[in-house]
Amino acid sequence: MNALFANATTLLLAAEDSGEHAETVLADGGVLASAAWLIPVVPMVMAFLIVFFGKRSPLKGWGMAVGAMGFVALYGTVLFGIAMFGDAIGYQGAISIGDVGTTTVEGTTSLLHLEWGWMVDGLSSMMYFVVGVVGLFVFIYAKSYMKGDIRYTWFFASFTLFAGGMLVLVSAPNLIQLIVGWELVGVASYLLIGHYWEDHENSSAAIKAFLVNKVADVGLFIGAIMIGLSVGSFRFTDIMDVVSGGGGTPLATVAFWAGVALFIGAMGKSAQFPLHVWLPDAMAGPTPVSALMHAATMVTAGVFLIGRMFPFYNSPEYAEEMRWIIVIIGSLTLFLPGLIALVQDDIKKVLAYSTVSQLGYMMVAMGAGAYTAGLFHLFTHAFFKALLFLGAGSVIHAVHSNNMSDMGGLRKYMPWTFWTFLIGSASLAGIFPLAGFWSKDEILASLAYAGDNYPVDAGGEALAYTALVVAIAGAFVTAFYMTRAVSLTFFGGYKGHGEPHESPKMMTVPLVALAVGAVTAGWLNIPGVTAYFTDGVNAVFTAPGDHHAESLNYGLAVTASLVGLLAIGLGYLLWYPDKETQQERDTFRIPVLYPLLVNKYYIDDFYMDVIVRPIRGPIAQAVNWFNGHVIDAVVNGVGFGTKALAKPIYAFDQRGLDEAFNVTAAGTAATGTFLRMFQTGKVQQYAVMIFAGTVLLVAGLIIF
Amino acid sequence: MIIMQFLILGAALFSLGVYGVLTRRNAVLVLLSVELMLAAVNINFVAFDRFLGDQLAGGQIFALFIIAIAAAEVGIGLAIILLIYRNRHDANVDNLDLMKL
Repeated sequence: MNALFANATTLLLAAEDSGEHAETVLADGGVLASAAWLIPVVPMVMAFLIVFFGKRSPLKGWGMAVGAMGFVALYGTVLFGIAMFGDAIGYQGAISIGDVGTTTVEGTTSLLHLEWGWMVDGLSSMMYFVVGVVGLFVFIYAKSYMKGDIRYTWFFASFTLFAGGMLVLVSAPNLIQLIVGWELVGVASYLLIGHYWEDHENSSAAIKAFLVNKVADVGLFIGAIMIGLSVGSFRFTDIMDVVSGGGGTPLATVAFWAGVALFIGAMGKSAQFPLHVWLPDAMAGPTPVSALMHAATMVTAGVFLIGRMFPFYNSPEYAEEMRWIIVIIGSLTLFLPGLIALVQDDIKKVLAYSTVSQLGYMMVAMGAGAYTAGLFHLFTHAFFKALLFLGAGSVIHAVHSNNMSDMGGLRKYMPWTFWTFLIGSASLAGIFPLAGFWSKDEILASLAYAGDNYPVDAGGEALAYTALVVAIAGAFVTAFYMTRAVSLTFFGGYKGHGEPHESPKMMTVPLVALAVGAVTAGWLNIPGVTAYFTDGVNAVFTAPGDHHAESLNYGLAVTASLVGLLAIGLGYLLWYPDKETQQERDTFRIPVLYPLLVNKYYIDDFYMDVIVRPIRGPIAQAVNWFNGHVIDAVVNGVGFGTKALAKPIYAFDQRGLDEAFNVTAAGTAATGTFLRMFQTGKVQQYAVMIFAGTVLLVAGLIIF
Repeated sequence: MIIMQFLILGAALFSLGVYGVLTRRNAVLVLLSVELMLAAVNINFVAFDRFLGDQLAGGQIFALFIIAIAAAEVGIGLAIILLIYRNRHDANVDNLDLMKL
């Protein structure tokens, strides 16, 4: 163990090395940063410990899982606190694994260096904090939500693996480790989405999530290989050194396509249109999984990746030109799936489409060059979306149904859940002064700034302003569908069966804690007042140099707020007033739009008919033929050969071996019968034999 | 020094003992015959001790050991026979064939 860490190389990057972008002096952070390798390792090890010892532990694995998450939450809070309020820490530790393969850059051949490491800078500290704190509350909540589950311990093992995989991803100092964490998250999400695999639909959802992600991962692999081979290193700091060194490098020649490929990877994990289809289906998993997946761990990975590679996307010599793709995809993502949320009956699906739409906001901010705004929205979104999912879980727990047509009027039965859900919804809808308002406003302001200063010359201005309009329209849709969800769930009359009841303390306390976050998280970055978050996440090796608004853009803020309030008012008129007709009003139909939304723009059908079936059909037939004609033939041949071989063995067994045993047995029996004659029990006969034997021996001795 | 006479006496006594062991049916008499065989052996030991002129008189000492052990043996043997007789009212060795298979 000691030898392993003696081998660790610590790389400190001072401000002067990271080029002119770095505004903050990075400190090494001492023991706190050099021991940060514990952050991914503790949950990963704990996941395996739970598998082996969880069932025997007093709390059936829950205690171990919460212990690991508590550790991460505490460590992440301290690190992010220092990043925001204290000295910026910039630390990168690595353990060398070895050299694998070779790379050729400009005629020089060098070895590709593999290492396992950890980064402690603003970006990763922020992610440690979000994963740790949101994860901790979700884990606490999961105890009573999952109570009585048949695979209770296994659930916590894979849940811990899920969080641990994400921490491996965000702590990665190189693209290879990032891919390892990326795939760990993918595997864990597969296990968790398919947690109730007895239901075929759920296991299909798990496979769908895995396959869609895998398709996108091909992009990530290609992008990582292009970048790694052209730089000669997979380490982010090396890549950023090349980027900050200016154009004309091997990386610059492949930058556009490498950027596109990496973004395809990010599209899969961050559920960007049109690869978002797996996320709503991922609702098949238990609600705590949805909460963690949508808030902190899985879907943020793509945004994180773009954030980590941000200078690459922000540099005119490199992939800046492909950012218009990010803006277009992000705009589509923030608007179209939001509309689908309007026609969903399953409350978790409403929230899922809302997540897709919010991820679109984050991406569009990244595309507009607003690193801080994108990450800030990721940060606040983690709190209110986790809160909304846990609130939805609390409601589902009470009414035993996911459908809003079985809910209604729960405000009176579940006051804690209602108030916290309301705060989360308001925050998501961007109501002043909750967290969502500040982060969404910052994205809108960034889009407006990008419209004035967009670096892509041809049509860039129009594009950014279009994105701004779409984002404001998206804010309207967001407020509209959240009003609908709140009205149908908590107002009107109860439409389900039985008597709903408030959830236990174990579930309401995390709700309250997250509600506090959903209110206050935005105050870390009020334009012109506070800039803690900006200072925090900008203390990075990868020196982004983005635009951060110095003062509030009042025009935009007021517009967005008015749009949100208008949507809430409209939604209120539509869904609230009359409990008898509430459900009827919900089923109003707009002729063309409604079928389009219910069928999710036919994207799933498109994939099924155009990609899955044509591939699956011939392949299935080919595999069937192969199975029938080749594998069966092999199996039959082996069977026939075995049978043929068995016949002589049987004969040998019957005639040879059995006979040998019989003869041996008969001989033994005959010997026994003969020897019985001497065993008369008469002592004097024995004495005669002894004497006779003695005489014979003595005679023999004399004669010979 | 004459030795032949003692050896003939010993051999005769031993043969009598063997004959008694093999033919007597009463267990007490079988035991007595064993004692005859031991006496024959003692005669041989003492005779050879004198014949060879052993300085340590090993043969005579060994004869004393045999007499002592024979006494013990008779004690145990008679006790066993007595117990068998008490249990079975019979001391005939032909009937004591419980060890027969």
